[in-house]
Amino acid sequence: MRSFINYPPAPPDWPGGYWWHWLVFTLIIIAFVMTMALIFIWYERRLVGRFQSRLGPNRAGPFGFFQPVADAIKILTKEDIITSRGDRVIFWIAPIVGFVSVVMIFAVVPFWEGAVLVDLDAGLLFVLAMGVIPSIGIFMAGWASNNKYALIGAIREVALLISYEIPMGLALVGVILMANSLSLEGIVQAQEIPFFVLQPLGFFVFLVASLAEINRTPFDLIEADSEIVAGYNIEYSGAKFAVLYLTEYVEALAASVLLSTLFLGGWRGPILPPVIWFLIKVMAMFTLIVWIRSTLPRLRIDQMMSFNWKFLLPLALINLAVVTLVVFSSLPGWVAFISGSLVLIIYLALWSVIFRRGGKFVQT
Amino acid sequence: MLSTYTQLGLFLLVVLLLAGLVLALPVILRPTGISPKKPNPLKGEPFECGMETIGPTWIRFNFHYYFFALIFLAIDVSTIFLYLWAIQAEEFGKNGILAISIFFIPIVIGYAYAWYKGALQWK
Repeated sequence: MRSFINYPPAPPDWPGGYWWHWLVFTLIIIAFVMTMALIFIWYERRLVGRFQSRLGPNRAGPFGFFQPVADAIKILTKEDIITSRGDRVIFWIAPIVGFVSVVMIFAVVPFWEGAVLVDLDAGLLFVLAMGVIPSIGIFMAGWASNNKYALIGAIREVALLISYEIPMGLALVGVILMANSLSLEGIVQAQEIPFFVLQPLGFFVFLVASLAEINRTPFDLIEADSEIVAGYNIEYSGAKFAVLYLTEYVEALAASVLLSTLFLGGWRGPILPPVIWFLIKVMAMFTLIVWIRSTLPRLRIDQMMSFNWKFLLPLALINLAVVTLVVFSSLPGWVAFISGSLVLIIYLALWSVIFRRGGKFVQT
Repeated sequence: MLSTYTQLGLFLLVVLLLAGLVLALPVILRPTGISPKKPNPLKGEPFECGMETIGPTWIRFNFHYYFFALIFLAIDVSTIFLYLWAIQAEEFGKNGILAISIFFIPIVIGYAYAWYKGALQWK
C-alpha cells in the first residue's frame, strides 16, 4: 500500500544546493514561459491561417517566426493611455494580478524527474487556486475601465467562473484517486499507464473545463469581438494590453501543460529524453485547443451556463463514480478505457437528443 | 517544509518584479522619446463604438445567475472536501466510500432538486 508521507520519493537535488536550485529553476521557468508564449502566438496564427485557407504571417523572418517579437516591440513602445473616468489604481494592478498568478502555476510543474522548482505536497490544490485568480484580474480590469462593454465582459467572466469550476474540481478528484497524491511529481510517477487511458471521461471534462478557464472558443464570450468589441480589455493599450494578451497565451500554455501532466503522463515516454516528450505533449494539446477554436462557434451566455451545469457537471459526477469503481475493483487498463469511452459516447448521444428536444428541464 | 514555501515566495517576488517592469516600461521610456506622450481629453473617454457614453457605468447590474452562484458555493466547497478522501481512498477502503457517499450524496440530491425546481434556468 502506498503511503502519502513517503510517496513520492524525495527528488534528487538536481543542480545541487538550495539557492542554486532556486536560481536555475526560476530562470528556466521564466524563459520557458516567455519563449513558449511567443511560439504559441506565432503557431496559433499560422495554424488558424491554414484552417481558414490563408497563409498567416510569413514576412518577418523564416515562416514569419519573428512576427510575435516584432509585435511585442511595437506594442511595448506605444503610448500608455489610461481612461480618465476609471479607477486608476485597479486599472494598473489588474494585468499584474492575472499574469503573476498564472506564471506561479509553473513553479510546481515537473519538466523532468525531479526538475521542478518546488515539489509542493499540495501541488494540485495550489494549481487549482492559482488558476482561478486570473478571473479576479479580469473582473478588476473590466470594472476599473468604467466602460459598459468592459463591465458586461467582467460580469460574464464571473458567470463563466461559477460554471466551469465544479466540473474541473470533480475531474481532478479522479486524478487524485488514482495517483494517491496531490503533488504533480507524484501524479506523473503514478502514471505507468497515462490517466487519459484509464479515465477518458475525466480527460474530456477537464479539457472542456480548461477551455472555459482560459476563455477560448467556444467559451470566449467575455471578449466576444463581434458583440462587446473586446470585453474586459477594451480600454487597455500599450504595455498593459501586452501583459493582458500575454496572460491569455500563458493561460493556454498552463492548460496544455496541466492536461499533458495530469492525463498524458507528463515527461514519461520511451527513447526520447523526458523534456522532449513533455514539449511534444504540450504542443499536441495546444494544437487540439487551436483546432477546437477554429471548428466551433461561440456559445451564448445562457447556452454556456446550461451546457456547463446540465451537461458537464452530471458527466463529472458519472466520471467520479466510474473512477471509484475502476480504482476499487482494480480492473485492467483496457477495460477502463473501453467502458469510459462507451459511457462518454452514450452520454453524448443521449444529451444531444435531449438538448435538441428541449423541454422544461433543459431549455436555456 | 517551510523552505519549499520560501522558494515559492521568492519566485512570486521575481514574477511580480517582472510584470511590474513590463508595465512600467512606457513610463521608463518616455524621457527617451521612444514611447510618446500626447495627452488629449478625447483619448481618456470610454470607447463604446463611437457613441458618447450615457449615464453612469458603476450601477447595480442585474445579473441573471444569482441562483447559480448560490448552488456553486454549496457544491464547490464540498468538492474540495472530496480531495481529502481521494488522497487516502485506498487506505480508507470500502468504509471510506460509504462515509464519503453519506457526505456527498445529499449534495447531489440538492443539486438535482435545484434543477427540478428550475433554479438552473436562465431567466
